Amino acid sequence: MTTMTYREAVREAIREALASDKRVFLMGEDVGRYGGAFAVSHGLLEEFGPERVRDAPLSESAFVGAGIGAALAGMRPIVEVMTINFSLLALDQIVNNAATIRYMSGGQFGVPLVVRMATGGGRQLAAQHAHSLEAWYAHVPGIKALAPATVADARWMLPAALADPDPVFLFEHATLYPLEGEADEPGGPAELGRAAVRRQGSDVTLVTYGGALGKCLDAAARLAEEGVEAEVVDLRSLRPLDLDTVLASVARTHRAVLVDEGWRTVGLVAEVSARIMEEGFDLLDWPVRRVCGAEAPMPYAKHLEEAALPSPDSIVAAVRETLA
Amino acid sequence: MSAAPAVSPALDREQGLALLRELLLIRRFEEKAAELYSLGKIRGFLHLYIGEEAVATGAVPALGPEDALVATYRDHGHALARGLPAASLMAEMYGKATGCSRGRGGSMHFFDAERRFYGGYAIVGGGLPIAVGLALADKLTGRDRITGCFFGEGAVVEGEFHESMNLAALWRLPVLFLCENNLYAMGTAVERSQAQLDLSLRAQGYGVPSESVDGMDVLAVREAARRGVEAVRGGGGPYLVEFRTYRFRAHSMADPDLYRTKEEIEEWQKRDPIRLFAAVLREQGLLEDAEVEELERSVAEEIDAAVAEAEAAPWEPVGDLLKDVYAA
Repeated sequence: MTTMTYREAVREAIREALASDKRVFLMGEDVGRYGGAFAVSHGLLEEFGPERVRDAPLSESAFVGAGIGAALAGMRPIVEVMTINFSLLALDQIVNNAATIRYMSGGQFGVPLVVRMATGGGRQLAAQHAHSLEAWYAHVPGIKALAPATVADARWMLPAALADPDPVFLFEHATLYPLEGEADEPGGPAELGRAAVRRQGSDVTLVTYGGALGKCLDAAARLAEEGVEAEVVDLRSLRPLDLDTVLASVARTHRAVLVDEGWRTVGLVAEVSARIMEEGFDLLDWPVRRVCGAEAPMPYAKHLEEAALPSPDSIVAAVRETLA
Repeated sequence: MSAAPAVSPALDREQGLALLRELLLIRRFEEKAAELYSLGKIRGFLHLYIGEEAVATGAVPALGPEDALVATYRDHGHALARGLPAASLMAEMYGKATGCSRGRGGSMHFFDAERRFYGGYAIVGGGLPIAVGLALADKLTGRDRITGCFFGEGAVVEGEFHESMNLAALWRLPVLFLCENNLYAMGTAVERSQAQLDLSLRAQGYGVPSESVDGMDVLAVREAARRGVEAVRGGGGPYLVEFRTYRFRAHSMADPDLYRTKEEIEEWQKRDPIRLFAAVLREQGLLEDAEVEELERSVAEEIDAAVAEAEAAPWEPVGDLLKDVYAA
């Protein structure tokens, strides 16, 4: 059994990739000399040198685009964008190029690119560093979007993403980096596109991903004290979505509460809700409930930020509604 | 900025005729495309290269087959000069399965893996970071290859131009930046949209050597591109060539062309790249009237065959709509 932090797990995954595959290189803002804005790549520059642990200027569009170009030419770049809010500067390259080139070229070219970025709130960073915009990426055909929520997924999703022939985006919730956990499971590249049941229960299904997984598990523990057993489904993959796992759980519990830090309107779990309705309407004993980020830019003040994000309290309250 | 040599180097007959044929092929191909557009055989946006033929014809062959090329949405000339078969381009514009992008891209998005033609990009400036990445891959793997990257003068005010110039210069990447300055970003004249009209100063700002040449003179284009390739190959870092050219047709088939005068267009047409080059060849005794007729005949034959192939080609089955969104 190997215990490590989420941060160490990502670093270990990158180190292994750099050591085992000459095509892999890491590129992004402050990944080298600084050691990564979240200290993920600390020590890698010394180990692999500045060509393969490549500090990039504040040019998100150009260095993400350069990752696309390098991938087209046979490399396996890992591009780190400091936060998801900054990644908007690269959206042209991501949406117009990375996502389209295989299709638009009639299958002649592929973009085996991995882009990692920190996402999410909870650190009082206000409205330009802390949003959860994963749903925007999950909207786009041609790319895959993953949200490692556990130390094991932080360790094993990256090699799977690198082995994938298409552009894969990894959204690492910034509050998870210090999280300690078990990294051995599954002990090899993760299977992409599969959700996981993180807690079994028979009364209600909580569907979530990323930084909200811990909150759902906390809520489930509190509900258990009241005699309510919640099943917790971690989506893991935001595109493609694994509705089979969600529906199998709803078939057992007949209730679903969807939890997402992102904004509710046109959000990621709105899609999950629609799919449950389309494919599992008869399974439901109660309308699907959502617990999402408040419809406001992220506030700075601690009490306001807490109120803007899903919490065990708000999740428990939503579950109680479905049991009324 | 270095000046283009005043006297073009000696040209042999075979090379001269080959260049003239390429110029003619692009011109006649574009004329045919316009005709087919009017007939409804080609739809979508169609951006013609008429007037700018000397740029692709002179510049693209400076790259070797091992090198890469990134193009713009006005990519027919780039593709033909890179050796993509006219038939595969015509079929692409028809939307047929035999098209160079299987009918997925159309006029603006020609691709050809075999010829390292990395595509026509229709977001102005969007191809530049891709070219930087292709060149980065070559540098990281120690391959002696370079990447040519076309863009228009309109791209010069996009952030991606500046980010890409900086990255290519900072990392000394083998990118040959090929700027086709046709004076208009769609309908907006360069002097109405750019505070600095001297592109060499922009290049200088990044420490990138550059030159500007007459883009209507295929020999001047060829020499400049060769100098650029020589400067870039072997680790010299990026180089920028500005081709001063002009499109004789509207921006696209949808453009009523109301933003420039007839006189201005006619003034530029006096410097038609085909007429200019034919005159040079005649002057040097390398071209007879009969040869022009022969070239026209062979070009017409090639284009007619391309159209016939496109007409006869199959459509991709609708069942394949979702094919190649991801690798199988």
